[in-house]
Amino acid sequence: MTYIGKSIKRVEDKRFITGQGSYTDDIVIPNMTHAVIVRSPYAHARILSIDTSAALAMPGVVAIFTGADISATGIVGVPTGWVINFKNGDPMKEPPHPLLVTDKALCVGDGIVIVIAEDQATAIDAAEAVNIEYDVLPAVALPADAVKAGAPLVHDNAPNNVCFDWELGNPKAEVDAALAGAHHITKLDIINQRMIPNAMEPRSAIGHYNEAHEKYTLYTTSQNPHLTRLLMAAFVLGIPEHKVQVIAPDVGGGFGSKIFHYTEEALVTWCSKKIGRPVKWTSGRTEAFLTDAHGRDHATTAEMGFDKEGNIVGLRVNTIANLGAYLSTFAPAVPTWLHGTLLQGLYTTPKIHIDLKGVFTHTVAIDAYRGAGRPEATYLLERLMDTAALEMGMDPAELRYKNFIPPFDGVTQPGYQTQVALQYDSGNYKAVLDRGLEMVGYQQFRAEQAEARKHGKLLGIGFSTYVEACGIAPSAVVGALGARAGLFESAQVRVQPTGKVSVYTGSHSHGQGHETTFSQIVADRLGIAMEDVEIIHGDSDSVAFGMGTYGSRSLAVGGSAIVKSLDKVLEKGAKIAAHKLEAAVEDLEYAEGKWTVKGTDKSISFGDISLTAYVPHDYPQNLEPGLDFSSFYDPTNFTYPFGCHIAVVEVDAETGKVKLNRFIAVDDVGNVINPMIVDGQIHGGLAQGIGQALLEGAIYDEDGQLVNASYMDYAMPRADDLPSFEIDRTVTPCPHNPLGVKGAGEAGCIGSTPAVVNAVMDALSGFGIKNLEMPLTSERVWRAMHA
Amino acid sequence: MSVSISVTINNKQYTTQVEPRQLLVYYLRESLHLTGTHVGCDTTSCGACTILLDGKAVKSCTVLAVQADGSEITTIEGIGQHDHLHPIQEGFKEEHGLQCGFCTPGMIMAAADLLQRNTDPSEQEIREALEGNFCRCTGYHNIVKSIQYAAKKIQDTKVAVI
Repeated sequence: MTYIGKSIKRVEDKRFITGQGSYTDDIVIPNMTHAVIVRSPYAHARILSIDTSAALAMPGVVAIFTGADISATGIVGVPTGWVINFKNGDPMKEPPHPLLVTDKALCVGDGIVIVIAEDQATAIDAAEAVNIEYDVLPAVALPADAVKAGAPLVHDNAPNNVCFDWELGNPKAEVDAALAGAHHITKLDIINQRMIPNAMEPRSAIGHYNEAHEKYTLYTTSQNPHLTRLLMAAFVLGIPEHKVQVIAPDVGGGFGSKIFHYTEEALVTWCSKKIGRPVKWTSGRTEAFLTDAHGRDHATTAEMGFDKEGNIVGLRVNTIANLGAYLSTFAPAVPTWLHGTLLQGLYTTPKIHIDLKGVFTHTVAIDAYRGAGRPEATYLLERLMDTAALEMGMDPAELRYKNFIPPFDGVTQPGYQTQVALQYDSGNYKAVLDRGLEMVGYQQFRAEQAEARKHGKLLGIGFSTYVEACGIAPSAVVGALGARAGLFESAQVRVQPTGKVSVYTGSHSHGQGHETTFSQIVADRLGIAMEDVEIIHGDSDSVAFGMGTYGSRSLAVGGSAIVKSLDKVLEKGAKIAAHKLEAAVEDLEYAEGKWTVKGTDKSISFGDISLTAYVPHDYPQNLEPGLDFSSFYDPTNFTYPFGCHIAVVEVDAETGKVKLNRFIAVDDVGNVINPMIVDGQIHGGLAQGIGQALLEGAIYDEDGQLVNASYMDYAMPRADDLPSFEIDRTVTPCPHNPLGVKGAGEAGCIGSTPAVVNAVMDALSGFGIKNLEMPLTSERVWRAMHA
Repeated sequence: MSVSISVTINNKQYTTQVEPRQLLVYYLRESLHLTGTHVGCDTTSCGACTILLDGKAVKSCTVLAVQADGSEITTIEGIGQHDHLHPIQEGFKEEHGLQCGFCTPGMIMAAADLLQRNTDPSEQEIREALEGNFCRCTGYHNIVKSIQYAAKKIQDTKVAVI
């Protein structure tokens, strides 16, 4: 039986559809206490006094700690994992992010006091009895405002609120010259609005210090348990790493927001030792809005120059990227190396330059949100392309065909060297647009659109062709770019004596279905049944090490690590088989779960070899017993999925309401292990990308209040906001990893947003509107139509 | 000051002392350890806590435990068994209607409510019936297909939804 390439139903589903999943908040430890964190209601305020006496006196309250209690033990706070130096070489501004703030709150939601009680309700009551006096200070929330003269400073040591400035690409003078000589320049001012990831499971953490073992256990909603352990043990709490076990059990979605090491994780761990009892903290939803790292929030001016024929001659981008009040784990990398590097898109643009500032504001930290930098790059490129087509009177599909990088497979043809550092691995960009146009019935649509306009019906079509970077990432490369971590992955394949196989992966599944996809790979390579394979992840005491799941890296990096270990298992197995079959290793072949002496019917099964490895009575000399291998896989390049997304919308001429009639997505994610799971990843990504275009966006007022910090106010897509999607794929294998896979987790979210906005702009093309800010709510569209 | 309530949950009778302010979802999760019912928000918006109360879908974060006194409740733990899945559970598995699984119990209960009322819902009717339930993973595409699968299975086998 072969499994790879088949839509095998997920092995993890049964526990979830029967209510037997085990999420962090479901876990109960004897003698466990419950924590509530008292948070600042102000975006910027000096803390004048904290009075916990009334709260402490309440029955059922176990302990209360403030930032002073924590800093007294020498703990500074949580660090960031990436450094971006200023253009002049100065190090970026790296202010501390304390577990609880002591003198000043720098955003709404900043933690000030932790209240621990026998039960959650008591902890909530006691938190309300904590009395904090504030001196409220002026605040700044938007990135463009942060750098204005006289803007309130978030950190005293960061003048103009600038954390770093950064540039990438060709020398700016060359790009300026290219644009100066352009026949046409399309210029857009773009706000890529702040998004709130909103995994359905709110974050939760349980700290449990076991005094007898002198060991800490942290259960947490993490995409990244090993990195959390490393950061928390070595860089926050200063406790021995081998005495910390971090378990990320079933995790209810992440979308980037659970990559990072959060203050609450260190806080419950620290408190648990302090009080000698387990401490659980579970975020409420509004608390999640106010404490989960947000995404995007760029203010950009982008100019693209064209020659007379419509060939792109240059791209100049200037961006101010919001980082929030503190630097989250990967925050500095997102607007820089995950954004500026993607500005080549899938076009032959000869000259590109980006200038970018990362700035502090009195808002929640911003970090990776599904796509992380690549959606922002794709959005500005694809808005420029459709706008340019409109301005130059060209067809948007034709403009793309004219500028596409020609196909290259990365094997017989070299990869494509961009102007912005990356070398694309393989791509066939024309093919995805061909297929998209075919699926949408482009010529027919244009005819329908023209006919509809005669009757006042506003139909629009929008395109987005994108390339992105996944499979994050070669350690030496990211190290040179400022990462404080390697980005390899580990995998252990432990063959049991009975031939059953346990696989320990450093990837973490929080919805991606690794237990199924990885089992398919293992079962196929070993020629055994999927039922004989178990995938174990998310526990730092079981899995040797891991860099976790984000950047669509699990299969390309984690899967490749598994393949390496499987190869080692088969290599050793062959030696044992050769001994048993009295043949030379090179005379053996392995297929369908057995080694056979070529050209004979002499064979021995995987199960027999497994048993022999653990009962090595008749065994090769100088060969160790056992069949258990670990590997680390460090990729040699990023992977580069690409695709074409097409949106068809109708704008209600009376109300401005946008109805998404059709959404077509043709994605190339390289080889596919489980088509059903890949399709599901695309669907979910599309919904989030479409959500950004039409519905979602964090709104901060001028005082730094997040005014839509609940599901009553923040408009996430619901089932009847979306159509069923029409999706297909092309397959251009990745040339540099053993599975030929590129990654599918973020593609849907990266390509879809500009397609929808372009479609709305196309529908509104008779209204003389050049650009509209997302989300395209009916109010915003109606006002533009009536301006 | 606690109050005694008596409820039937998944065909089992419980008589328990509860705090008058305790929400039903916390009664289920914390007092009875029925943790399949989840809490995803604090504004009755996400539907992760959806259960059937006397046969109707309700958000158990917006019902006090004392209000459930004398009623019959079905939670995700009671709608099917591992070896005998409910057609809706089966539909979610067959059509890949879940990813992280957090919204899934609430989705399944909301679907049960719909299919009791409408055995042959259109795609639009399904999408409207899920108005009170957020999913962030699937884009709803396969959830719709899962419920269509379940509707067909229920029609074909003529079993009662609950």
